[in-house]
Formats: sequence, C-alpha cells, structure tokens
Amino acid sequence: MFEIFGIPSTALFGQLLIGLINGSFYALLSLGLAVIFGMLNIINFSHGAQYMMGAFAAYLLLQYSGIGYWPALIVAPVLVGITGMIVERLFLQWLYKLDHLYGLLLTFGLALIIEGVARNHYGSAGMPYTVPESLQGGRNLGFMFLPNYRAWVIVASLTICIATWFVIERTRLGAYLRAATENPSLVRAFGINVPRMITLTYGFGVALAAFAGVMAAPIYNVSPQMGSELIIVVFAVVVIGGMGSILGAIVTGFGLGVIEGLTKVFFPEASNTVIFVIMAIVLLVRPAGLFGRGG
Amino acid sequence: MDRAADPLLSVRALVLAPSKTIAFVVMVVALVVAPFFTYPLFLMQAMCFALFACAFNLLIGYVGLLSFGHALYFGWASYLSAYSAKAWGFPPELAILTGTATAAICGLAAGSLAIRRQGIYFAMITLALAQMMFFFALQAKFTGGEDGIQAVPRGTLFGLIDLHNEMAMYVVVLVIFLAGFLFIYRIVHSPFGEVLKAIRENEPRAISLGYKTDRYKLVAFVLSATLAGVAGATKAIVLQLASLTDVNWPMSGEVVLMTLVGGLGTIFGPIVGSFVILLMQYKLAIVGEWVLVIQGVIFVACVLLFRRGIVGELANWLRIRL
Amino acid sequence: MKKTLGLAALAAALACGGANAQQVNVKIGVLSDMSSLYSDIGGAGSVVAAKLAIADFTKANPNVKVELISGDHQNKPDIGSQLANQWYDVDKVDLIIDTPNSGVALAVSQVTATKNKIFIVSGAAASDLTGPKCNANTIHWTYDTWMLANGTGKALVKTGGDTWFFLTADYAFGHALERDTMAAVEANGGKVLGKVRHPLNTNDFSSFLLQAQASKAKIIGLANAGGDTINAIKQGAEFGIVKGGQKFAGLLVFASDVNALGLQTAQGLTLTETWYWDMNDANRAWTKRWQAERGAAGKFPTMVQAGVYSGITHYLKAVVALKSAADGKAVVAQMKKTPTDDALFGKGTIRADGRKVHDAYLLEVKSPAESKYPGDFYKVKATIPAAEAFRPLKDGNCPLASG
Repeated sequence: MFEIFGIPSTALFGQLLIGLINGSFYALLSLGLAVIFGMLNIINFSHGAQYMMGAFAAYLLLQYSGIGYWPALIVAPVLVGITGMIVERLFLQWLYKLDHLYGLLLTFGLALIIEGVARNHYGSAGMPYTVPESLQGGRNLGFMFLPNYRAWVIVASLTICIATWFVIERTRLGAYLRAATENPSLVRAFGINVPRMITLTYGFGVALAAFAGVMAAPIYNVSPQMGSELIIVVFAVVVIGGMGSILGAIVTGFGLGVIEGLTKVFFPEASNTVIFVIMAIVLLVRPAGLFGRGG
Repeated sequence: MDRAADPLLSVRALVLAPSKTIAFVVMVVALVVAPFFTYPLFLMQAMCFALFACAFNLLIGYVGLLSFGHALYFGWASYLSAYSAKAWGFPPELAILTGTATAAICGLAAGSLAIRRQGIYFAMITLALAQMMFFFALQAKFTGGEDGIQAVPRGTLFGLIDLHNEMAMYVVVLVIFLAGFLFIYRIVHSPFGEVLKAIRENEPRAISLGYKTDRYKLVAFVLSATLAGVAGATKAIVLQLASLTDVNWPMSGEVVLMTLVGGLGTIFGPIVGSFVILLMQYKLAIVGEWVLVIQGVIFVACVLLFRRGIVGELANWLRIRL
Repeated sequence: MKKTLGLAALAAALACGGANAQQVNVKIGVLSDMSSLYSDIGGAGSVVAAKLAIADFTKANPNVKVELISGDHQNKPDIGSQLANQWYDVDKVDLIIDTPNSGVALAVSQVTATKNKIFIVSGAAASDLTGPKCNANTIHWTYDTWMLANGTGKALVKTGGDTWFFLTADYAFGHALERDTMAAVEANGGKVLGKVRHPLNTNDFSSFLLQAQASKAKIIGLANAGGDTINAIKQGAEFGIVKGGQKFAGLLVFASDVNALGLQTAQGLTLTETWYWDMNDANRAWTKRWQAERGAAGKFPTMVQAGVYSGITHYLKAVVALKSAADGKAVVAQMKKTPTDDALFGKGTIRADGRKVHDAYLLEVKSPAESKYPGDFYKVKATIPAAEAFRPLKDGNCPLASG
C-alpha cells in the first residue's frame, strides 16, 4: 500500500472504480442524447424525465405485476421507448423543418409535464426499490468492498454502449441511419422509410434512457425529480465530448465519471461542479468538443 | 443621410411605427393606473420580470441566441443588490448599480465562453454555466444558502425618497422598467440592432460582409445580461429578499416561457408574457399541485400551435409589427 | 335559598354568556409546499389537519367562525413572501401556519412582524426562527434543527453510540445540523472520528460511504435531508454498512422518507421526532380521521401536520380569550401566557422566544419482521423530556429572550 497525495492507494483505486460506475450512467445517457441528436437534430431535454420513467416503470412493474428486476430491464425500456415513439409522432415530427431550438423547448415542456404528473401522483419522497436478490452482497477486492450490483452496472452499460456503437458504426442498419442523417431525401429515394427510421431511432434513444433508469432504481432514490438534476450534467458531458461521434459520447461519459469520482476524494465539495469547470476549459481550448467535428 | 449619424433615429422609428407608439402609450397608461386597482406589490414584481423577459428576448428574438441560463444574471444581481443594501448599507440606487455591475461581469465571462458555439450548444453551455453558478450560490456564505438574504432594507432613494412608501417604490420601479424598455427599443432600432438581425438571419453572409459577428454577439449578450441584472437587482429591493430560486434553472425556464407565451421577437411580447405567467402562478398557488404540469403544457402548446405568442398573433392579425 | 341563588347564578351566567357569545371571526391561511419536495411532509395533509382543528374547535365554541384558505409557496421565498403580503393586506388573513422550507418561513416571519399578524411555523426547521431572527409575532411549533441534533446526538451517545462520522450536505442547513449534533455528541462524552461534506442533491454516495466505513465509527450521522438522506441510506445498504455493525442516524428524517426507503433498507435507522401517529390511542384515532379526510390511501400524518392541528387549536383558544384576532402581538402574548394542551402533543408551553416546547422521542425504524401493519415504522426507544429537548432560552440570542 502506498500513498498518492496523502490518500492511500486502496482508497484511490476504490474511488476510481466507483467513478467508473457513475460514468456508466453518464455514458448511457449521453449515448442516448447523441443518438437522438445525430438522427433528429433535436436536443431531447426530456431525456432526464424518460430516465425517471424507466425507474418508475421498474417500480410499477414490480408493484403491480410482480415483474422483477431482470425482466424489467427489457420490459421497461420497451414500454418507455414506445411512449417515446408516440411523442415523436405526435409532437416532434412537426418541428423538423423549424429552428432546432423549438425542439429543445418542446422537449423541455414535456419534461415539465412528465415530472409534474409523477410528482402529483407519487409525491416527492420517492418509491422503494431494492437490489435484486441475485445481485445482493459483494466481494472484498482487497482495496475495497465492491457490491455485486455495482459490478453489474459497469458490465451492463459497457455492453450496451459497445453494442450500440457496433450497430451504428459497423452494420448496414447503422449505415442507413448515418446516411439518413446526412441526406434524408437521397436515402428515401433508395426506398428506405426515413420517417419510420427516425421514429424508431427516437424510440431507441428514449429506451436507452429508460434502461439507465431501471439500472438506477435499486441504488438511487426513485423520485420524480431524479432526472432533472442529472440531465444538466449530462448536457455538460455532451458539450465536452462533442456530439459528433457515438464513441466520443461513450468515452467522455466514462472518463468524466472517473474524474468526478477522483474529485470526491480530493475535494468533495466541488464534485458537483467539476464537470462544468471542465466544460469551460474545453470550450476555451477546443470549442468543438473533444471528439466533435466543427461547431 | 447616414443612418448611423441620425440622432433622431429612434424618434423617427417610433413616429414611423405608429402602432408601436400607440402600444407604448397604452402600456404606460395601464401601468400608471393599475396600482389603484391591483395589488401594487404584484405589479412591481411583474415589471421586474417583464424587464427580465425583455432582456432575454433581446438575445433570442433579435440575435437568435437561446440563452437557457439567464437566471444566472438575474439571480446574482439580486444577491449582490440585496447583500450590498443589507450588509454594506448601500442606498438603493447604489445597491441596484452593484447588482447590475455584477450581472454585466458575469455576462461578459459567460458570454465569451458560450459564443464559441452555436445554436443548441450555445443553449446547453449557458444552462451548464448557470447551474455551476447555482451550486456556487448554494455554498457561498454570503448568499445565505437555502434561506437566502432576507429583510433587505428598502432604504431612501438619493437620500430623498423613502422607498418604504409603496407608491414611491412603485414609481421608482415603473421608471426603471420604462427606462430599460426604451433602452432595449433603442438597441433594436439602431444600426447595431440591424446588424444583430442580420446575424440572426444569416450569419455567414454577415461575416462575408465584413462584420465581426462574434464581437456583436458578445456585446448583445452582455447588454442582455446587464438588463437582466437591472431587473434582478430591483426585484431584490422591492421584495426585500434574494434567494436560490432566482439562480436556479427553473427560473431560466420561466423566462423562456414568458417570452414564448408573449411572443418571441416582438418588443411587447415579453411584457405581456411575464404578466400572464406571473398571474397564472399566483392564481394556481391556491390550487398548487398542477403548476409544473400547466407550465409544461403551455410550453408544448406554444411551440406546436402558438409560436408567435400572444403579441405575435395579435400583431399578425392586425397586420402590424409589435 | 340555594335554588334561588342557583337560578340567579344561572341568570347571571346566561347574561354574561350572552355578552361572551359575540361572534369572533378569524381567517387562517395554510401556506405550504403543495407540489414539490415537501408536499408529503406538509402540503395537502396540513390543510386536512387544519380542517380537523377548526371543526373540533368550532364544535366546542360555536361563536367562533373560522375561514380557511390555503396556498402553495412552491418552495420559493419570493412567492411565499408575496402570498403572505397579499393574504395579510388583501385577503385579511389573521394567521399563517405551516410553511415547510426555512427560507420561505424566514421571509414570511418578516412580513408577519411588519403587519402585526401571526405566523405559526410547523414545517420549517431553522432554529434561527427562535434565535437571532425571532420576533414577537412568530411561534415555532413542532421541531427545529437544534432539537433534532441534540435529541438524536445525545440519546445515541447515551445508548452506546459514542463514535461518530458525519456525512454532511455542504450548505448552511447541513453545516448547522452537523455543528449542533457534534456539540451534543461531544458534550455527552462521544467522539467525532471524521466528517465529509457532499454537495446538495448528490446522487451517488459510494465514495463518501467508503470513507465512513473506513472510519469504523459506530454511528454515521446524516446531516442532510430528503433525497440525500434516502440515497445515502439506500446505498449504505448496498455497501453492507448496517450489516457491518455501523448504524445510521438520520438527523432529519420523516415517515415519508422511511416509506420511500422501505423497511428492509431503513431498519435500524435512528431519528428524533416530536410526534408519531402510532404512539398512543389519541394519535391513532386522530390519524384515522385524518386519513378519511385526506382520502389518499396509504398515507400517514407527519409531525408537521400534527403540529398544524395543535397550533391552530391553541391559537383559537387565545383568540377566544381575547375576543379578537386583530392584534398579532397580543394574541401571541396570550398564547405564550397560556400553557398548551391538545389531543396530539399533550401539555406544553410556549417560551418568550416563540419556541413551543414539548417532549421529543428517539425512534428507531423497525425491521420488516417487526412491522405488523402498514405505517408501523417505528419503535420508541426513549423519551426526551421537554425541558431538555430544546435549546436553552439563554443560548438562542433572541432579543425577546432577555426580556
């Protein structure tokens, strides 16, 4: 055991690992935002609310249908994803021809509605949801006690992130998606149903948010406001990473999680502002974002 | 005649736009008469928010920049105005100036960072910066944290006018509001304002014409922040308190809502919007539970169906420009 | 002879009674958080409590007519202050009650003093309300930060929890809780092994919990509230904190928070409250009435809501004694002169600084096995007598206290 800056190395490695866990949520959420922005050119402000919907869906599925955590991991994102697709058909599709800012405003309004309704119905204190039996407990890694659930979070989000990246960058479906972003009319001319792809893409992005929500439910308080604070930090993450690439969103999310984790050790009071400070620095040095292409 | 050198430009603009003059006169008359019919404290608060919304509208309506973190300037001006009046014993005029200066400095710092990106990114950066300053306000000692700065003395303006007198306070707020409004009007109807609108319409073309658009945008940003600061500083004196609510992101969202409802890009829109939203908040305060949802519904409805806002629709219907 | 005297007395009484039976009109406003963070702690439940208090009182005193309004301050001091001004000036409200959120409460307290009305704070915690910011028109009812800190700190140290580690929310409220609890712990022979400050509304406590775990303190004091407390405890369960032998002390925890955690996670949590629905038959009976009126299934009244009932009852008694509600200071003086006695809080007094004093209770959250029915959250570990529960009058720095 050795010390770095006065903190024992065991504590440091422990915090690094924890930072990765936090980073998982940032990565999942910024991935969803990047996917939606890449395809629709809309900043989905309701992403935080949809993350909350995922967590609530998990709670409700357990409460009323006895559907536990494992099935909820699939069912909840699908359900919330479907609501996302409905939102896209009902509201978003009218905005594509307008200034991008209207999309931001609309999804902001939707976020208010979703949070308000949830709060009216369920109160603000939060709903109970526990770690599933199979993942309870943990193992002593020597330098820290790692709860099994936390290990699962890292594994699951890495898997989903890599899978998403793979589909978008390396498969034919992903190629269609990327082409449709660049030149929708041309892609349409090839006979591909672009509006349907857009709807499905939005649904998928929303499902990603909901998936993060289900993963959060056992460890974070399931409350109506769980998404709104988080979403602003995710915006900062996205600005830092630049929305140009999927890989960028993933790497930035994990990386910032680690940095935030380290800040909690050395300078805990600043741990909620460190990401914003980094954002300011990145803006000064590399305005397009670390992985971005142009403004 | 060289437009830039025409000192009567604003007068001419007013005269040539009779609809706006009429609207202005109506507004002034209404505001002068209103305190005899409505609770003056509510009106004063509404005017502060109206100025805030007008300042915000300067950026979005005329430059095309959506600042989603405008509460930063409003709130920090409010804090400094309250603190200087309470802890340093500043008279109200100095307190308001202190608050305004704070907002200007914050605007300069934030603007120079945010201008580096466009459109959506710009909005997200302003939001993130505002959130960072919110956390700072939360932890700083002088802001009083959750409790805020309370019992701010209203003081005596210029050593002459005792602002504890409601009517005196009202007149002062009215003057500040009208001055701010006319200042914005002057900015918008000036060569500088024309360049701003050109940037909104087509920035690459403005650059190709030789305008240093970044500089124009920054100046507009600072002006907008400063005027938001005037609103915040005045509000602190009127309500005699400054709190975290003023710097938090829902406040930024509210000013967007007020402007959207009133009419983006119209000069009178934000004023109407702010009165409407504030009234709604108070009426709903009795019911309470649905405020957030209703605000969200209004947002969605405005964006989808009602993009011109109240004043915009009115102007469109009457075929005038407001 | 006796009969004549009796009749004369009766006639005299009736005559006096006739004079006393003049109508007394009072208007009460419940200013609370109806829609956000504190809506479960106060909110609509407080309005229900107020209705019950008014119904009970007017039944016994039919010559009193009480009008009730309510409003949502939305946790914004601006709106709270504005509403208070409007209610006093325009709507002619005499008493404002409840107000969770210390920022709003402080603002309303100022307005109340300026307009010489009355403000009974049931929801907010800031001990400053009876300290430097006290005034002759404000009464602080149910609880405050000092009582919470002292109650939990002292009681835990005395029952063996003598080493502490603090998890503190990094803002004034958290600091105040930490400071007061630390003082109580050290004054009673305990030791503080360490502390860490976390930002308000932190999602992830893992790194802070690791530090708490490493300190091996017997008690981990949570100097925070709401979502932060819930997250800390929830994640503490993940890291096996309680299983490892350490205990959590919640310095500001309400039954709604325990509900959010679920008993499995919250069991063993120690906290202090001044009222719990299941403590005696009177409380239980009142709770049934409250639930019927509230209409929302599965909810239980909090001490804040009980405080609203208690506060209004005592206020109305004072108004009847003075026959008018007009002079705020006079009514408050009357309330301070008369000892309190109501179905929920029992006997108590109101001090010169506006602090209502009553017993407090150290409670521990039951395990799921011990909980026999919904709402059966706590077991009462100790009673802290009123004389010890609240900050001594002389320590508060309230200008009224030295009078």
